[in-house]
Amino acid sequence: MADKKELAPELKEMLKEEYSQEWRKELRKSIPAKERMKISRKKMPERSPEVRNQDFNEVNLGLPAQLAREEAKRCLDCANPQCVLGCPVGIDIPSFIKLIEIGDFTKSVRKLKETNSLPSICGRVCPQEVQCEEVCNLKKATGVPVAIGNLERFAADYERENGEVFIPKLPPSTGQKAAIIGAGPAGLTVAGDLARKGHQCTIFEALHVAGGVLVYGIPEFRLPKKILEAEVDYLRQMGVGFKMNYVVGMTASLEDLKKAGYDAFFIGTGAGLPNFMRIPGENLIGIYSANEYLTRVNLMRAYDFPEYDTPVYLGKRAVVLGGGNVAMDSVRTAKRLGAEKATIVYRRSRKEMPARTEEIHHAEEEGIEFHFLTTPIKFIGGENGKVKAMECIQMELGEPDESGRRRPVPIPGSEFIMEVDLVVVAIGNSPNPLIPQTNPELKVGKWGNVEVDWDTMATSIPGVYAGGDIIRGGATVILAMGDARVAAREMDRYLNALKRTKGKKKKKETR
Amino acid sequence: MAKILQRERLVPNIHLIEIHSPEIARKCQPGQFVIVMPDEKGERIPLTIADWNRDKGTVTSVFMVVGTSTHKLSLLKAGDEVPVFVGPLGRPSKIEKFGTVLCAGGCFGIAAIYPIARALKEAGNKVITLLDVKANYLLYWEDRLKAVSDKFVVSSRDSFFNCKDYIPRVLGDILKKEKKVDRVISVGCTYLIYTCSEATRPKGIRTIVSLNPIMVDGTGMCGACRVTIGGKTKFACVDGPDFDGHQVDWEELFTRRKSYFEDEIDSLNYWEKINFP
Ligand SMILES: Cc1cc2nc3c(=O)[nH]c(=O)nc-3n(C[C@H](O)[C@H](O)[C@H](O)COP(=O)(O)OP(=O)(O)OC[C@H]3O[C@@H](n4cnc5c(N)ncnc54)[C@H](O)[C@@H]3O)c2cc1C
Ligand code: SF4
Repeated sequence: MADKKELAPELKEMLKEEYSQEWRKELRKSIPAKERMKISRKKMPERSPEVRNQDFNEVNLGLPAQLAREEAKRCLDCANPQCVLGCPVGIDIPSFIKLIEIGDFTKSVRKLKETNSLPSICGRVCPQEVQCEEVCNLKKATGVPVAIGNLERFAADYERENGEVFIPKLPPSTGQKAAIIGAGPAGLTVAGDLARKGHQCTIFEALHVAGGVLVYGIPEFRLPKKILEAEVDYLRQMGVGFKMNYVVGMTASLEDLKKAGYDAFFIGTGAGLPNFMRIPGENLIGIYSANEYLTRVNLMRAYDFPEYDTPVYLGKRAVVLGGGNVAMDSVRTAKRLGAEKATIVYRRSRKEMPARTEEIHHAEEEGIEFHFLTTPIKFIGGENGKVKAMECIQMELGEPDESGRRRPVPIPGSEFIMEVDLVVVAIGNSPNPLIPQTNPELKVGKWGNVEVDWDTMATSIPGVYAGGDIIRGGATVILAMGDARVAAREMDRYLNALKRTKGKKKKKETR
Repeated sequence: MAKILQRERLVPNIHLIEIHSPEIARKCQPGQFVIVMPDEKGERIPLTIADWNRDKGTVTSVFMVVGTSTHKLSLLKAGDEVPVFVGPLGRPSKIEKFGTVLCAGGCFGIAAIYPIARALKEAGNKVITLLDVKANYLLYWEDRLKAVSDKFVVSSRDSFFNCKDYIPRVLGDILKKEKKVDRVISVGCTYLIYTCSEATRPKGIRTIVSLNPIMVDGTGMCGACRVTIGGKTKFACVDGPDFDGHQVDWEELFTRRKSYFEDEIDSLNYWEKINFP
């Protein structure tokens, strides 16, 4: 993975150009930096914990326009904006924020969309505190960064809610066809980018709803479905085709699709293979993978059972194993489904938890309990094969491992029993094996991840590109999107080159 | 959306559904399954593929009415559409020339074993088909199965059949009489395939069972269908559904299949109250 410590020259140039515009100069002058630093960070309004932990409606309510403009004033419009370096896709952050400050919200979102095709989603789910906000110069100066994520969300929501989503004028069709496999954030982004270049795009999706993890994994209370639907609608209006209930590798192979006339391929099939603990008793009733638990609830709407047919096991004493976003989503879901006690059991300490800070904070407010430095070693069954208890062992942190986090080591003799009736295993997912399995010539790495050239996202098969969780293992939405952007750029080149050779061949034939 | 071309009650509680799906019809192999959702609020239910027509682009499944979603499915008519019909899923059954193969089926498995028996016959095997029914009016597709079998037997306690016992005993008798049975394949409800597998265990005849645990996505994403095979956890949807019956942890499978027993009753009660007040 290319670790970008420095901005690409074109990006630097573009930032500088925007920075030097007259209105920006005026705006910087209108309020001195010292004054800007005095403004306090505006808190995103949210529903109170006792109310929201009873339902599935969104927790955060979004900044009202006035507060958003106030927050935007805090940004110093730095000559050397560190935030852009912290953003995996290099959004021109100061530009979009300054446009909010002057109240031109529509232009602001256009600016965002130049680099980020899904800002309403990223504004909600990106781990800003370890990306752009982590390195924001204002954080260095005052300890409190600009609320970049909240502002991103504001601009994108404004556009959608005010019916200002604008469908770009498409160039004439190139006649080239791209097959995009998987309708997660990676696939959706590639489709949008390629459609804008005039290529004909079809997304093949195994499930019956588009969105990937955004629809089956991330719950409504964090990312409402209607936001995703709007993004999918947008792609449809741009002429992107969706083939749902279509499992590439089973319904048709890559080879079949090639024969059907697709010229280039993008594999964005994600990391859908759940990891389990591999300890005794794991197949007892009441023990779920996070994927199954969240799919039942989010995709199949088990929270509306029996109006919807799919049931889910309701626990009174729910335990979720893991410390990432998936674990937070699962445990907060269990609480909402009526668990009296909903607990996170994590083998490291609070500091190492990979979940977004906001999710941990929200979980705590909602009454979630945390058991750190603990791991189960055995599940114990009771009546009817249902899980009844969990034998755990306490851990301490040893030397750092390859990920840089300190490795947890069990403390001998510290075993104890915890009573549970619902367990959700949220310890990570591995890349979806279906496409590699059905395409032996596709090169995969140690973890089953599809291997790519990181500069082009090209796989070992010509014309086949990949990005997102299928190449990284469980990562983030923004990284998936970043990969997709690169892949789309390269696929565009590939398709255009192919068109030229096709044209030449035709000419030869007709001669 | 996939269009239903035919939906017919074959025998009490068992229905046939034929769906237009050229892509699945083109690809499917014996032993594979589809996932279908009767309507937007339904469950995703796995159904073994019982037949197909590659030219017409149709796929046929046979299902038993158990819970709400299968109930809903049984009420659909030709011309209706289902929102989800996805497949073919799972690994195809292994078809090669084994010698003598006994195909044992019951309930929906009578239909589900048909394409397997047909393919085995085409591959040059001697096919013995053994169907298990509780009563004579529950037997269907006997003509189709006879047409692909060298020997055709029905096990039942119904006096109609001139047979006094259910499948394990009858299967045992056949194994005694036949010179050599190289392989047994069993499709149907869990109890039936379990008893078949137990009947062949003492003789060590390779017995393949098609497992039908609860599933959600059917593509290996959720792990609802995990089963223990020879001490290892496998996902029936992508590693199966066919497994070596002598390696299956049957007790676990029986228990896991009953995970939502009470919910299913609640769901049906609710649905009946709404639809037949
Ligand atoms: C519960 C949960 C919470 C998360 N929270 C956050 C968060 O807050 N912030 C963040 O940045 N990231 C989060 N993530 C991670 C993030 O969602 C993923 O990194 C991202 O979705 C990856 O995108 P993708 O497009 O690569 O794959 P996915 O979103 O996994 O999409 C892959 C799609 O491909 C389909 N597919 C798979 N195989 C096939 C096939 N053979 N044929 C056709 N279709 C196929 C799948 O059905 C799926 O729809 C979370 C993940 C989970 C599970
Ligand atoms: S680093 Fe912070 S203050 Fe500077 S431009 Fe970026 S968001 Fe604004």
